[in-house]
Amino acid sequence: MTLSEEELGEELIGARESRAPSRVRIVARRFFGSRQGRVGFAVLVLMFLLAFAGPMLSPWSYTDKDFTAFLQPPSAGHWFGTLQTGADVYAVTLRGMQKSLIVGLLAALVSTALAAVVGAFAGYFPGWPDRVLSWGVDLLLVLPAFLILAIMSPLFGAGKWVLFVIMLALFLWMVTSKIVRGMTISLKRREFIQAARFMGVPPVTIIFRHVIPNLSSLLIVDATLNVSAAILTETSLSYFGFGIQPPDVSFGTLIADGSRTAVYAPWTFWFVAGLLVITVLAVNLIGDSLRDAFDPTSTRPR
Amino acid sequence: MAGFLARRLLNYLVLVVVASSLAYLLAASALDPRSNYADRTPKPPPAVVDAQLTALNLNDRTPLIQRYATWAAGVLHGDFGKSVTGTPVNDDLGRRAGVTARLVLLGLACGSLAGVLLGAYAAVRQYGWFDRLSAGLSFVVLAVPVVVLANTLILFGTWANENVFGRQVFLVSGEYSAGLDTGFWGSVLDRAQHLILPTVSLSLGLIAVFSRYQRNMMLDVLGADYVRTAMAKGLSRRQALIRHALRTALIPVATYFAFTFGTLLIGATFTEKIFGWHGLGEQLINSIFTNDVNTVAAISLLAAIAVLCASLAADLLHAALDPRVRAG
Repeated sequence: MTLSEEELGEELIGARESRAPSRVRIVARRFFGSRQGRVGFAVLVLMFLLAFAGPMLSPWSYTDKDFTAFLQPPSAGHWFGTLQTGADVYAVTLRGMQKSLIVGLLAALVSTALAAVVGAFAGYFPGWPDRVLSWGVDLLLVLPAFLILAIMSPLFGAGKWVLFVIMLALFLWMVTSKIVRGMTISLKRREFIQAARFMGVPPVTIIFRHVIPNLSSLLIVDATLNVSAAILTETSLSYFGFGIQPPDVSFGTLIADGSRTAVYAPWTFWFVAGLLVITVLAVNLIGDSLRDAFDPTSTRPR
Repeated sequence: MAGFLARRLLNYLVLVVVASSLAYLLAASALDPRSNYADRTPKPPPAVVDAQLTALNLNDRTPLIQRYATWAAGVLHGDFGKSVTGTPVNDDLGRRAGVTARLVLLGLACGSLAGVLLGAYAAVRQYGWFDRLSAGLSFVVLAVPVVVLANTLILFGTWANENVFGRQVFLVSGEYSAGLDTGFWGSVLDRAQHLILPTVSLSLGLIAVFSRYQRNMMLDVLGADYVRTAMAKGLSRRQALIRHALRTALIPVATYFAFTFGTLLIGATFTEKIFGWHGLGEQLINSIFTNDVNTVAAISLLAAIAVLCASLAADLLHAALDPRVRAG
C-alpha cells in the first residue's frame, strides 16, 4: 500500500465519519427495508388520503340525503350504496373514519406522553413518589377502563369529543408506564445521568432532557400501537353509544347502525368493518416493523 | 410463601375497596336517576320523586358522602341496595353472575389452552408454514374489535344455517331456547348450539394474544442448556420440550394471564350484549342507560373482585410452576 493510498483511505474514513448516518436514517432504512413496514406505511397513507381527500371525489356529502334511494346496493351514483335514511354510505363512512383516525392519534399521543412522564418520575424518585404513582397505576389496572368510560359517558355529550379523547387516553397508559419506570431505574445508574446529577442539573430537567429522550424508541413504538388500541376502544364504546355521540359519527356508531341491517343490506356493514380492520392492521404492522427497526439485535429472515 | 400470599391478598383487598368506592362515587355523580321520572306522564310531584329516590338511596339532593356511607354500610352486610325499579340488586346479580361465569370460564379455558398450544407449536417449528400462518392470522384477529367479530360471527352463523346445513345449527340469540321439551340431552345440545359462537368470539382474541406471547417465550427457552441436558439424559425431544421447555415458558404467560382477565371481562360484556345473553355485562350496559347507580356499583365491585381473583390465581400458578417462588 503506497502512502497516497493510505492517505486516501484515511480521507475516506474521515469523510464517512463526518457523514455518519443519523439514527433516524438508520431506523428509517431498516423500517422501509422490511416488507411489513412498507406495506403498513403505504396502506396507512392510503387510508389517510381516503379519509381526508376521498370526500371531495364524491358528489354526496355526509349530511346529504338521497330521497330517491333508500337502502340501495352500491351503484355508480352511490359507490358504497345508501343507508335506510338515504345517506350515502361512502360519504358517511369517510366522515366516521376521519373522526376515528383523529381520536385514535390524539388519544395515543396523550397516553404515551402520560406514560412517559409518570413512569419516568416514578422510576427516578424512589420512595414515596414511586409508591404513590405505582399504586395509582395498579388501581387503574384493577378498574376496568371500559366500565369507567361507560359510566362517565353521559358527560361526553354531543361535540365534547375532546373530553372523550382525554378520558380514552387516561386508560391506555398504565402498562407502558410500568415498563418506563423499570427502564428509568436502570438508566438512572448510567454515567451520563450521574454526570448530569453531579453537575447540579435539577432532576426534572434531567428527566425531560436525558431520561425520556433515551426511551424514545420504546415510546414511539408504544405510541404507534396505542393508536390501534385507541381506535379499537373508541369503536367498542361508540358501538354501545358510550363514545362519540350523534350528530358526530365514527367507526363505532356506523358499525352499530350497519350491524342491524347487515343481513339484508351487507354494504351498510362490510365497508365500514373492512376499512376499520385494514386501518388497525396497517397501524399494527407499522408498530411491529418499527420495533424491529429500533432493535439492533433483531434479525428477521425475509 | 404464606406470608407472600397474605401480603398480596391484603394489597389486593385495599385496591378492591378503593376501586369499588371510586366506581360508586363516579356512578353516583355521573348518572342521574332523577331524569328517569321526568318522562313519566302524568309527571309525579317533586315531593313524591324525592321520597322515592331517598328510599332507594339515589337522591342527588342527599350529600354524596352520606349516600356513599349508606351504600358502603349495606355492602359490608352483603346488601348491594335496590335498583331504580325498587327490586333488590342481589337477587338479579346472582343469576346473571352464573350466566357470565359459564361464558367467561369456557372462553378463557378454550382461549388460553389453544393459544398456549398453538404458540408453543409455532415456536418449535419456527419460520415454518405453521408459524407464518399463525403469525398472519393473529395479526388479523388482533385488528378486529369484538363488536365486529361478534357481528361477523352472527352473519356467518345465519349464512351457514341457510346455505350449508339447511337447518338451525348455530343459534345466535340467548343462552337456551325457551320452552324446549326434548329431555336432558336435547337441552344440552341446545345449550351447546347457543354456546359455540359466543365462545369463539371470546376466545379468538385470547388465542391470538396468547399464541404470540407463548411463541416468543418458548423461543427464548428452546436453546437453553437445560433442554439440551434433558435430551442428553435420554428424554425424547418431545418429552424434553413439554416437561422442561413448555413449563418454563409458561411462567411469564401465567403472570400475563392476570392482565388479560380484565380485557376478557370487557370482551364478555360486548359478547353478551350482542348475542343476547342475560349476564352481568349486558346488565351493566342496560343499567348505565337506566341510571341505575346501585347496580352499576355492584357490577363494578364484582368486576374488581374478579380481576383480583385472577391476579391471585396467576400468583398461585406462578408459585406452582416456579419452585423459586415457593422457596423464597
